[in-house]
Amino acid sequence: MTETTAAAHVGHDHGHDHAHGEEPNYLQASHGLKSWIFTVDHKRLGVMYLAAVSFFFFVGGLAALLVRTELLTHTKTIMDADTYNRFFTVHGAIMVFLVIIPSVPAGLGNFVLPLQLGAKDVAFPKLNLLSFWVYCTGAVMAVSAILIGGVDTGWTFYTPYSSTTSGSVVMMVAAVFVLGFSSIFTGMNFIVTIHKLRPPGMTWFKMPLFLWGIYSTSIIQVMATPVLAITLLLLIMERVIKVGIFDPALGGDPVLFQHFFWFYSHPAVYIMILPGMAVMSDMIAAFTKKRVFGYRFVAFSSLAIAVISFIVWGHHMFVSGQSELSSMVFSFLTFLVAIPSGVKVFNWIATMYQGSVSFETPMLYALSFLFLFSIGGLTGIFLGTLSVDVHLHDTYFVVAHFHYVMMGGTIMAFFGGLYYWWPKITGKMYFERTGQIAAIMVFIGFNLTFFTQFFLGSRGMPRRYYNYLAEFEDLHKLSTFGAYFLFAGLLLSLGTLVHSLLKGPKAPANPWGAKTLEWTHTASPPIEHNFHETPHAPAAPYDYDT
Amino acid sequence: MDAEQLKQLQSMHLPLDGVWLPKATSTIAHVVDDPFWIIYWACVIAFVLMMAPMFWFAWKYRRKSAEQKALSQIDHSQAMEIAWSVLPLVFFFWVFVLGFRGFLEMFVAPAGATEVQVQGQKWQWSMAYDHKGDRVSVGGVGAEFVFPKNKKFKLVLKSTDVLHSFYVPNFRIKTDVIPGRYTTLWFEATEAGEYPLLCTEYCGTDHSNMLGKIKIVDTEAEWHAWLDKMNTTVVDVPTGKNLFETKGCTACHSVDGSTGLAGPTFKGLWGRNEQTNKGPITVDADYITESILQPQAKLVNGYQPVMPTYQGQLKQDQINAIIEYIKTLK
Amino acid sequence: MSPTEGKFPLAQHFSDPEQQLDSNKLGMWLFLVTEILLFGGLFCAYIIFRSLHPVAFHECHKLLDWKLGGINTVVLLISSLTAALAIRAAQVNDKAGIKLNIIITILCAVTFMVIKLVFEWPAKFDHGYLPGYNFMGHVANPDQAHIFFGLYFLMTGLHGIHVVIGIILFSWLLIKTYKGQFHSGWWQPLELGGLYWHVVDLIWIFLFPLFYLAG
Repeated sequence: MTETTAAAHVGHDHGHDHAHGEEPNYLQASHGLKSWIFTVDHKRLGVMYLAAVSFFFFVGGLAALLVRTELLTHTKTIMDADTYNRFFTVHGAIMVFLVIIPSVPAGLGNFVLPLQLGAKDVAFPKLNLLSFWVYCTGAVMAVSAILIGGVDTGWTFYTPYSSTTSGSVVMMVAAVFVLGFSSIFTGMNFIVTIHKLRPPGMTWFKMPLFLWGIYSTSIIQVMATPVLAITLLLLIMERVIKVGIFDPALGGDPVLFQHFFWFYSHPAVYIMILPGMAVMSDMIAAFTKKRVFGYRFVAFSSLAIAVISFIVWGHHMFVSGQSELSSMVFSFLTFLVAIPSGVKVFNWIATMYQGSVSFETPMLYALSFLFLFSIGGLTGIFLGTLSVDVHLHDTYFVVAHFHYVMMGGTIMAFFGGLYYWWPKITGKMYFERTGQIAAIMVFIGFNLTFFTQFFLGSRGMPRRYYNYLAEFEDLHKLSTFGAYFLFAGLLLSLGTLVHSLLKGPKAPANPWGAKTLEWTHTASPPIEHNFHETPHAPAAPYDYDT
Repeated sequence: MDAEQLKQLQSMHLPLDGVWLPKATSTIAHVVDDPFWIIYWACVIAFVLMMAPMFWFAWKYRRKSAEQKALSQIDHSQAMEIAWSVLPLVFFFWVFVLGFRGFLEMFVAPAGATEVQVQGQKWQWSMAYDHKGDRVSVGGVGAEFVFPKNKKFKLVLKSTDVLHSFYVPNFRIKTDVIPGRYTTLWFEATEAGEYPLLCTEYCGTDHSNMLGKIKIVDTEAEWHAWLDKMNTTVVDVPTGKNLFETKGCTACHSVDGSTGLAGPTFKGLWGRNEQTNKGPITVDADYITESILQPQAKLVNGYQPVMPTYQGQLKQDQINAIIEYIKTLK
Repeated sequence: MSPTEGKFPLAQHFSDPEQQLDSNKLGMWLFLVTEILLFGGLFCAYIIFRSLHPVAFHECHKLLDWKLGGINTVVLLISSLTAALAIRAAQVNDKAGIKLNIIITILCAVTFMVIKLVFEWPAKFDHGYLPGYNFMGHVANPDQAHIFFGLYFLMTGLHGIHVVIGIILFSWLLIKTYKGQFHSGWWQPLELGGLYWHVVDLIWIFLFPLFYLAG
């Protein structure tokens, strides 16, 4: 970081850089393991979530690397089919439930949300603590399912394979059931906090867009997750007492499982992307020094996405045997959900117009997001179009599409947010140059890995394939090489952050000159109770001037 | 399957047409390919329209000094918001209509199509053709299924165990294959050649080996000749062994004496005395035939009534071939 | 957070009592939404299978004891009333009234569970009406009857778990009542507990006719 950036903004802030040397920050306020295990401080909980999510990102990523290594040759490379099937299941289940869903909301959201609201904490701090330990419980259960018996059903658990195959399906499904409660509690907490704990002067349309995004996410978390809970409970009952709901051999309907499952899991993917979009708004504003273009449209688009996300689930099932009429309705509705997503991307790009654009690491991730999420979103059009989807469904085209939106989208935004709020969370700066290089490596590696997979898919390569036709081998080799390059970039990124923890220079209160309350009114890191007195909302959400 | 057979299986050739798509060799392929290319070029244009300004703004408005502020705080334009919401919506509606029209064409079989039954099971495909009053059954891992070009076929598909999905990329056809109910597809091939059939719904260990080969021949005469050949069963041990291995018997019956499977071992089966729920029997040709066609008639004690029937799937001379094979398992 | 008699127990992260009251209430409503969605999924499954097998479902519902189910319905309704009366008692500082009403609520809930677990379910098990593959009863369509009973035991069982949670919840509220924590200045936990209980009751109001009466 440059000295000039910090110095330029001292004048705007309330001088928390140097003045309150007496009051310890939240990291120093109490000591010992117990003070972390039983903390109700949203900041400490956020930090613990970030640590857990990062750990599982590494585990899930390792699984992916092993999958990609096996795929270097078109028959057996390093493992047998059963092991491979378990690894791709592990990769999916860990990434979806233990990483992406909690990453931005529970990790960054927990830390930032009360600060942006000028609040001392979330509405229910003890519930927040419970939420974290429920997450940990679910995580332990998932890990034991993987280690004892393993699961090979894919993260989607389709019946009747999942209701009849051997393996630790019940334990894994129970783990996801438990994890769902963590998600619900976090969602409840955030909704109430945003409704009831806003500071004086902060009407809904004065809130930073980060909060609109988190709010919309929370609505989906509260409304969709219970349906997943009951679906998983029914699946467990199907395995244990053979109720006969999903297995045709017992009188059940396997397509019904898909309806129940996707009724949650489609909104779930918006639980995953909305927080990433939430971070994007704040980052773009900060690194262009501009008010976000089309504030109201961006705010309402978050809500629109939340609502529409509930009525498109059948687009995962166009060739499942559901009626043609259902497929038509779902295809039509699916196109609608693309509009608010596009609106956001257009508005963020428009924000850059006549701005003061800088290229620190967070902004590189934000620009990556714009590039990669656009590809992900555009390729969704292929999949939403009925006749084209018949050819592309269950091929690598779908795999590429969702990696572009979930990793190219959410994870890029998550990293951007992590680097953006890093000074606030840790009180340290990171070494900019390696952060930037890592971001570029990640961008390149990601495209090599996943753009290749669009070609594989449209040429007819099915997903979840251990062996494959010999002529796909060259493209798979390229994709695997990309994965290793991506991994190298991620390692460099990790190294940058670890180095910052150990040796990073002290961060000023507002290194980016941003305008939201967490930057203008708290120290880096903040004191335990965040503010000395409740701040008043800024005049406008991103109150930059020219 | 040994390594050599696996290599053979996975060396099946999938003909391509250009960089993106497989060679299209069915009459319905265009309802996929035409919208594919329309969407493709629209996406390319849209992507350029988004990324060009993004890179341009990043360059033109790059911050040159730390204190540099924005040139303006222009932050809304209702006209643009409406434009970039409505115009994509119009495009989407057009594409939606193309998609659903094509979809209906793909799944509503035309009148006069010849029906063929398809069965998916872990981990092979089989098909049953009606030919000269007989049901000709063909199947197995990597099995070849012959059809003539320029003739409409309606496939009626079901699974005997878990979900599978029937996918022929060159024809652009796909449907899930479900236990307990039927799904349908239709196609008319346009060009002779060999086209892979792939299972594309995860179904367990050998999901990625659940392949077949669709062979399109030029004339109906060639097709009939193949059907005649498939219809003739040589009653001998190799045929019996092949049937044993490809009809799903190995899932529950071992040949090396291993127990613990759902059915009794075939080792030493011929002439064996067994206790069944209808009294003692000696395993002979009649008992084996009866067990294949009516598995629950005389159930060996200690086993569950889980064997499916092969009524309609195996003819008597196929059963005779299996009996010949069983006789050799001492 | 141990309030002295008459004082409002303001948590340190809230700025004023109104914010705390509003927040807690909104939080509880959100939680209840999740409960309704949870059971909603099960009701969906019920509707689907009932429309697929109307005859079997009709036959099976006759095998349930509507009289016992009816008594349980009345018992829950009474407990909902007393839960509401407990709140009222707090609002007028009638500590004895709070205790009495909570105790009756708990007793009703226990009665509900006893009727279900001692009288209803064992009788079903004796007849062989068991969930899922254990089903052995002599009925006209055993293949579909096992789905009916699977759903019956699942849904009433899940509901029963919520009743037990309610018993624990109200016992906790009773302890707090004995400590003098509820009065005209602070009775929100009673209100929130009452809300939870009403939803549990509401779910039973739907379960009872769908399983016991519909035909």
